[in-house]
Amino acid sequence: MLTTTKKSVDKTDTKKQTNLFKDFDPAEDKILRIIDNDGKVINKELMPDLDDETIIQAYKHMLYFRTADQMAVSYQRQGRMYTFPPCLGHEAIHAASGMNMRDQDWLAPAFREVGIMLLKGVTMKEIFLYYMGNEEGSNYKNANHVLPISISIGSQFLHATGIGYSVKYQKKDELVFTSIGDGGTSEGDFSEALNFAGIWKVPVIYTIQNNQYAISVPVRNQTNSVNLAIKSYAFGLPGIKVDGNDFFAMYAIYKAAAEYAKAGNGAVLIEALTYRKGAHTTSDDPTKYRTKEEELEWDKTDPIIRLKKYMDEKGIWKENEEELIEKYKLEVDKQFEEAENMTAYKLEDVFQHMYVDMPDDLKRQKSDYEQFLTWKESRK
Amino acid sequence: MSVMTIVQAINNALDIKLEEDKSVVVFGEDAGVEGGVFRVTEGLQKKHGVERVFDTPIAESAIVGTGLGMALSGLRPVVELQFDGFSYPAFNQVISNVSRMHNRSRSMYKAPMVIRFPYGGGINALEHHSESPEALYSHIPGLKVVVPSTPHDAKGLMIAAIESDDPVIFMEPKRIYRAIKQEVSDDKFSIPLGKAKVLTEGTDVTVVAFGAMIRECQKAMVMAKEAGISVELIDLRTIYPIDKETIAASIKKTGRVVIVAEAPESFSVGGELMAIANEEAFLYLEAPPKRVMGFDTIVPLAKGESMYMISPDRIFYEIERTVKF
Repeated sequence: MLTTTKKSVDKTDTKKQTNLFKDFDPAEDKILRIIDNDGKVINKELMPDLDDETIIQAYKHMLYFRTADQMAVSYQRQGRMYTFPPCLGHEAIHAASGMNMRDQDWLAPAFREVGIMLLKGVTMKEIFLYYMGNEEGSNYKNANHVLPISISIGSQFLHATGIGYSVKYQKKDELVFTSIGDGGTSEGDFSEALNFAGIWKVPVIYTIQNNQYAISVPVRNQTNSVNLAIKSYAFGLPGIKVDGNDFFAMYAIYKAAAEYAKAGNGAVLIEALTYRKGAHTTSDDPTKYRTKEEELEWDKTDPIIRLKKYMDEKGIWKENEEELIEKYKLEVDKQFEEAENMTAYKLEDVFQHMYVDMPDDLKRQKSDYEQFLTWKESRK
Repeated sequence: MSVMTIVQAINNALDIKLEEDKSVVVFGEDAGVEGGVFRVTEGLQKKHGVERVFDTPIAESAIVGTGLGMALSGLRPVVELQFDGFSYPAFNQVISNVSRMHNRSRSMYKAPMVIRFPYGGGINALEHHSESPEALYSHIPGLKVVVPSTPHDAKGLMIAAIESDDPVIFMEPKRIYRAIKQEVSDDKFSIPLGKAKVLTEGTDVTVVAFGAMIRECQKAMVMAKEAGISVELIDLRTIYPIDKETIAASIKKTGRVVIVAEAPESFSVGGELMAIANEEAFLYLEAPPKRVMGFDTIVPLAKGESMYMISPDRIFYEIERTVKF
């Protein structure tokens, strides 16, 4: 009886969600937005049903992401980390998707998903370790079902499709989340993954974090499509363009997408419109290819400021923000120090993970190198 | 003459060819407005126009595949792939099409294009940014594979590569992109593909290397000199076609060979050079040919990279062992 009830609820939800994708048809270049830049609710009937506590929690997540992100950039500037891809401006997408992921759900990330990863249980210590140049930072000890970040652009979309097939085949109650930048949508892997997803009807939620730039190349020079969500049409998938700097819109769409996928309807493609407020990585200099005016224009849409304005309007934010940020800084700094104080990288670490069954020749290469080290030591 | 880095020398070569040959076009990810992530194409779009020097979306297979289309129809494209480890999405186009169009069409079509990318480790980079895939490309029939080690060579070889009617893979040693400065002629000149260069003459042992490893070998040679060992250093400059004649003549003279490269050792260019030593100079060998190369592992991230990268003392260690054999 219970099962039947649950099913019928799912069906109702599915109908509603399908409408959501229809109501914001990317072919008409519509965008799902729930609060405006001043935090005012402009789309009341679509407002997700969240209690104040959850909204406050979301804001805290976003504040933590931003604090950690800014500290990461400053550690890099101090020469304590080799590189870092800032996630500045992506906080609403990260919080909303992370909060809609369950422990058993999968995440196949690219490299600008730090917030989502944190909500899945990855630690800043691990993130730092990775960018300090230690592969141990991809060994997410407390995070369930998170793949190492994919630096080869777009390849993770295919892995997500494959995992989607696998969990469906194994009849597991697991969803798959993956994300790509606007730049990645030009890779063949993007289209191939979505094509397979359409055929296989996999429970995968694909997100394009459209932050306007593929390093220096703006979206208008990447595609002649009216938007990126419309690419879903080609693969027979529902697609939607969402204001990625609007936490509520992002939350609503992830909730809807998760229910749609759970009900067995298959995959969706979400284009989350945002802006890469930072550089591509700390090696990049955005002043070479974009204007200050443009940056200021996008600053008006900042996801954190918007959510804060909403909370202020409702009078639900009562904490001392500065104290909170100080607390986060201490916490992030502790994680950074732990990463810095990791035991030294050993020769063994170069070899031991290459194979499950290490070939003899690799063992020989390691022992040759050890002989060289002995010789080197003897010359001192 | 101007003092140039490798970055500036390649930029200068591209500039000269863009200037004198309207069929030359240059493109890739961030290659236009920004001038490439390493600034190799900086200023070229401004000077030669957006039609000839331009940005593409992130799609390596498309960059190479469309480049081939242009090459088949009258242009001489020089395409940039951003890093060694990002050349693989284009691999299908390279191995299945670029390399064999001339043969497939029984010489009706040729594919005069250059595929250039920075290669190699030693810069504390992320994964896919430190690789040396010269063996992968040299193993493909139909391609020429070039790796310069100095600004002068980079310029002369790039001009030869653009003028080559066969497709060329041009691997640029990013570790020494700006580390070496050299007086380079401002005029147009080219260095023939397929010719190695004896950089230093010696009598006890031949050391063969290319790209960023040349500088490490030269440091090792200082140690060798102190130990009374006379090293002959050969810079391959072109990996394929490989200059068997120069290599064999040197090994016949010294009787010993040490090969230095940063790619994984197994099934490598090092293996090919050992085959040349055996086939061309077997009766002259006084010690087994030796490879000083990367492990058969992924290039570790920064914390472990120094163990993987070939250091001058490791090169000297193998030189001494080979001489003492």
